[in-house]
Amino acid sequence: MDLLNYAFMQRALLAAVLVGVTAPAIGVYLVQRRQALMGDGIGHVAMTGVGLGFLLSTSPVWMATAVSVLGAVLMELIRWYGRTRGDIALAMLFYGGMAGGVLLINVAPGGSTSNLTSYLFGSLSTVSESDVTAICLLAAFVVAVTLLLRRQLFAVSQDEEFARVTGLPVRALNLLTAVTAAVTVTVAMRVVGLLLVSALMVVPVAAAQQLSRSFAATFAIAVAIGVAVTIGGTVTSYYQDVPPGATIVLLTIAVFVVLTALSAPLARRRARAAAQASGDPLECAIPQAGPDRPDVRVPATRSPGDGAAV
Amino acid sequence: MSTVSEDAAREPVISLRGVTAELGSRRVLRGVDLAVRRGEVVALLGANGSGKSTAIRTIVGQVPVTGGEIEIFGTPRRRFRDWARVGYVPQRTTAAGGVPATVTEVVSSGRLSRARFGVLRRADRDAVRHALEQVGMADRARDSVEALSGGQHQRVLIARALASVPELLIMDEPMAGVDLASQEVLAATLREQVERGVSVLLVLHELGPLEPLIDRAVVLRDGCVLHDGPPPRAVGQHALPGHDHVHPHADHAEPTRTGLLS
Repeated sequence: MDLLNYAFMQRALLAAVLVGVTAPAIGVYLVQRRQALMGDGIGHVAMTGVGLGFLLSTSPVWMATAVSVLGAVLMELIRWYGRTRGDIALAMLFYGGMAGGVLLINVAPGGSTSNLTSYLFGSLSTVSESDVTAICLLAAFVVAVTLLLRRQLFAVSQDEEFARVTGLPVRALNLLTAVTAAVTVTVAMRVVGLLLVSALMVVPVAAAQQLSRSFAATFAIAVAIGVAVTIGGTVTSYYQDVPPGATIVLLTIAVFVVLTALSAPLARRRARAAAQASGDPLECAIPQAGPDRPDVRVPATRSPGDGAAV
Repeated sequence: MSTVSEDAAREPVISLRGVTAELGSRRVLRGVDLAVRRGEVVALLGANGSGKSTAIRTIVGQVPVTGGEIEIFGTPRRRFRDWARVGYVPQRTTAAGGVPATVTEVVSSGRLSRARFGVLRRADRDAVRHALEQVGMADRARDSVEALSGGQHQRVLIARALASVPELLIMDEPMAGVDLASQEVLAATLREQVERGVSVLLVLHELGPLEPLIDRAVVLRDGCVLHDGPPPRAVGQHALPGHDHVHPHADHAEPTRTGLLS
């Protein structure tokens, strides 16, 4: 493994693994609450943060974190209060965020839209020492939230109305989910890029669903897929000259396709095993009328009404 | 909980006084008075749009009230925190979310009100299993909720409400879309709860198999209480304004739900 001899590659792999863990970990809750594209929205908003980071010459990662957290909170507030035109407000937030990023980076001294590219599509080889520190800290936060509060987040994501009656702080948990998603977006920004972040949040979960019947298994399988594809994509990009972000996303989709193809026979086998266990027949057995089944023969007193003969 | 003193018996576990509520700009409740006393089973009846679901949802805080007072166990709703004493069955056609979940996982959510920091101990897991036994779903505990029929979904939702061993059950149309077999299981479950001294407030479309359990019926029309007293007899019930008949259907009448295992 000569690739591990390079410091930049070590950093890249560490960042990739952390993304592989965190993106599906929060993504599973987003998919559960049917907000699969929330990560995409936050990614757009984070662009303003990157632009602001360049303009103020501070770390784009931390600035993007701050702005996307703010954007995520704003999205949650719109969801509470702006029930009627919530989708329009969200659209404005998304595209406002993207436009803000493009504008700010061009205003920044020496900045141009090309500086954005590495954030839009990821650029593993330029991950710096300080980026890795930031990514580690943020990833630790995401893992802590998604594991320690898994029962609460599950309950709120499954049925918000019921969760309220169990006395859970539903609004606080919703905000926490949004903030955690925002943090994950910035963790993944350097690896897969802002425009592809959402794929790593959603597709591993969709792939895991093909195999699992429980939430816990979906979570574990999704994270395993996430880690496998991020490592696979990073290593591939080292040996072949391909962009890591795009490679990772395409690998994830390939995993989804393979698991979907596998799931149909698996489900059939499970159904057969369950049917055998419970003694239920798997298929409908329609009794055939005929001389060997006298119990279903048409009574002799009945004949076709219109006198038709068979 | 099992022995109820005379004083406690008179104390209302739910009381609504002059409650008004709006959905959008439409006034859905126009001053509803309603009380459920300890150990009582009260059915909330009325036509579609009469405000019966909204009344229930103001009690659990899902719909904000614009006037009047709501008390739960004698505490104003805003200050009420003891939610473990309340079991809630929202109106749902499915217990499933966007990600697969097992029956046990869904029912465990109902135990969170008793579990500190969301950590389920042995006693909590026993309570979850017991709740599943009460609705006759213990054998499906490890199955995905997506593989259940409509009636089984409803039984899971009721088990989730029972997991915290509540003193008060609030149910919104627990019999909607439920096959006959499940209706009977639900009626038996409810009878067990009532015998334990649990108070019940439930929204119903028609009394059906629950009729013998119901102490009192409150009929709403256009957000006002039309009748508060003994449950209307079968004839009267069918004569209610806007009554439309919902026929329970058998499991296999719903081909999309007869997933892998049913």
